[in-house]
Amino acid sequence: MLRKAFAFAALGLALLAAPASAATTQEEPRSLAWSFDGPFGKFDKEQVQRGYKVYREVCSACHSMNLMYFRNLGQKGGPFYDPKYDNPNNNPYVKSLAKDIQVKDIDTDTGDQISRPATPADKFAAPFANEYAARASNGGALPPDLSVMAKAREGGPDYIYSLLSGFRNPPAGLTVPAGKYYNPYYPGDLTSAWHGKGPPPEGGLISMPPPLADGKVTFDDGKPSTVKEEAMDVAAFLAWAAEPKMEERKAFGFGAMIYLLIFSVLLWFSYKRIWRNVAH
Amino acid sequence: MSGHSTYEPKTGFERWLDMRLPIVRFTSDHLMAFPTPKNLNYWWTFGAILAVMLGMQIVTGIVLAMHYVPHVDYAFNSVQRIMRDVNYGWLIRDLHANGASMFFLAVYIHIFRNLYYGSYKAPREVLWILGCVIYLLMMATAFFGYVLPWGQMSFHGAVVITNLIGALPVVGHSITTWLWGGFAVDNPTLNRFFSLHYLLPFMIAGVVGLHIWALHVPGNNNPTGVNVSSPEDTVAFHPYYTVKDGFGISVFLILYAVFVFYMPDALGDAANYVPANPLVTPQHIVPEWYLLPFYAILRAVPNKLMGVILMFGAIATLFVLPWLDTSKVRSMRYRPTARLYYAIFFLTCIVLGFCGAHPPDDAVIPAISGPQLLDANLNSFVWLSRIAALYYFAYFWVITPILGLTETPLPVPASISAPVLSHPASAPTGAVASPEKRG
Repeated sequence: MLRKAFAFAALGLALLAAPASAATTQEEPRSLAWSFDGPFGKFDKEQVQRGYKVYREVCSACHSMNLMYFRNLGQKGGPFYDPKYDNPNNNPYVKSLAKDIQVKDIDTDTGDQISRPATPADKFAAPFANEYAARASNGGALPPDLSVMAKAREGGPDYIYSLLSGFRNPPAGLTVPAGKYYNPYYPGDLTSAWHGKGPPPEGGLISMPPPLADGKVTFDDGKPSTVKEEAMDVAAFLAWAAEPKMEERKAFGFGAMIYLLIFSVLLWFSYKRIWRNVAH
Repeated sequence: MSGHSTYEPKTGFERWLDMRLPIVRFTSDHLMAFPTPKNLNYWWTFGAILAVMLGMQIVTGIVLAMHYVPHVDYAFNSVQRIMRDVNYGWLIRDLHANGASMFFLAVYIHIFRNLYYGSYKAPREVLWILGCVIYLLMMATAFFGYVLPWGQMSFHGAVVITNLIGALPVVGHSITTWLWGGFAVDNPTLNRFFSLHYLLPFMIAGVVGLHIWALHVPGNNNPTGVNVSSPEDTVAFHPYYTVKDGFGISVFLILYAVFVFYMPDALGDAANYVPANPLVTPQHIVPEWYLLPFYAILRAVPNKLMGVILMFGAIATLFVLPWLDTSKVRSMRYRPTARLYYAIFFLTCIVLGFCGAHPPDDAVIPAISGPQLLDANLNSFVWLSRIAALYYFAYFWVITPILGLTETPLPVPASISAPVLSHPASAPTGAVASPEKRG
């Protein structure tokens, strides 16, 4: 393993020294106006709730979110926060959401492995036991963990939205192998798969089949579930999951900025007063 | 300048303590009564800003270390746990991560101010060298710190940088293995980087103490570069400069807060939110912005060993700068020709940083195919960084020594107070070049 890692590291260095084919391309993600943009932006709770449903019913079949706990859904700033239950572990709605999911545990009386309904203190259960199981079920590809996905890709939620709603029929001249799907927003190098005229199209071949479809998820608030709506909502959910404390950060920042501005003005006048008799 | 003490113990206890440990006298002499040129502009507030940033990094860092787990299996998740579950952990971590960038921003302004006003020249050579030592320690600390979250850039950055040592002939590979604590960047590497990341800031603090000591022997340089000649040229550090530095610090903190609260990830790389995976190399391995110019110099040279030597040479050059500069005039206010070369040098450093951020073979001007020159296209970041690196070294080793001997500087004022008094409403940087000529 170590030797292998070393070999790959050396390979990385070699690539660094001579990146001859830096032809990876992708289309710019479509830029959306998110409710959480800007210094005062907040998450749209209903949108994040819908996004959670999309994740739960579609994405979670293959993708883990190992950094997320059910309690996060009910904490301050979370989609199911209820001011009546300051401790999210007591939030009945979060409890009911958790209860639908089975998690693995150890029976402390027998030591046997058991499954039991989750509680708010449990992690989101991962769909596969390990990386090998995940790869075996997905044609060799590993569905990445989605906990910080919205921060782990350039463009964040814009990228996630564009990728999920941007699957297209491959242009004539592009050979798409079985188990791969053309997506213009996915970074890749299509030179070797391209037999058409002109330069190869932007984008790459992704192992994930188009996951969303019109009407695939029934939203509790009656929103029509188009692919675009589903993609947008799940992108908002992932943006929240990547930084559940974002609203706290911005609110704290507002106070800090006001404090610093007043402090600076006071110091400026102190400076002017102290130096008033010094020619400089 | 630090001449005799002006401290008079006022109470019985102060007199008693002063006979035993003159700490109040020390504080009074060095932080309050210390005579400071009265014409220092805002570029001089960055010394105080840097002291604040060092304190900020140490305090936030100690708290982070209480929650961080230096193990390859837990490091990434422990950082996320700080962001998610630790009370105000997001604040502490964003302050620390962005604090590093702000620290470097301030140190670069501090260094460029120094170069402009000739503060490294006699009798402040030791002060300057200590500053260079601090800068080196900062780069090492920042590099170790960037490895700790154990994301993709952390890991592969560590691989690239430690492999540089391997370029040394004969002993290179043994030293690299010794640094790694194994045959690849792995858990022992992360552990020792964490240990060193905790150690080095205290070494920086120690050298900062020496830096301030070395400052308080000759005293501050000033925008005219003229020595202090009379008490009228100076004011007491407190309250005059405590309040001015305080204002500078406060404004700087506003900029810092904009990053921390409104764009905490703007200066980082998205790839570092992907857990480290030795088997997947990110497409472009780039260091943090503040190391990019040196990275560009490294990649400008086809031979790895030469690249490493030049990269370290770029920093080593700074250490001998006081002896390369032949000019009798300190401040570039009175050196118009030097000012021009300085401006080009400043742009060169920006260009080098720009080159370091791009893949070397990418075209600088898109859609134009330049001619092939030796091993690369002329319209590529490789050639741009070669030209810029050439100017970087030429500026210090050729232009600075020759210019000092050949240029004709403008008349230098007789004292600090002279230009000040003729311009009571004085004086942003560089504006007051020889007022007597304008009259």
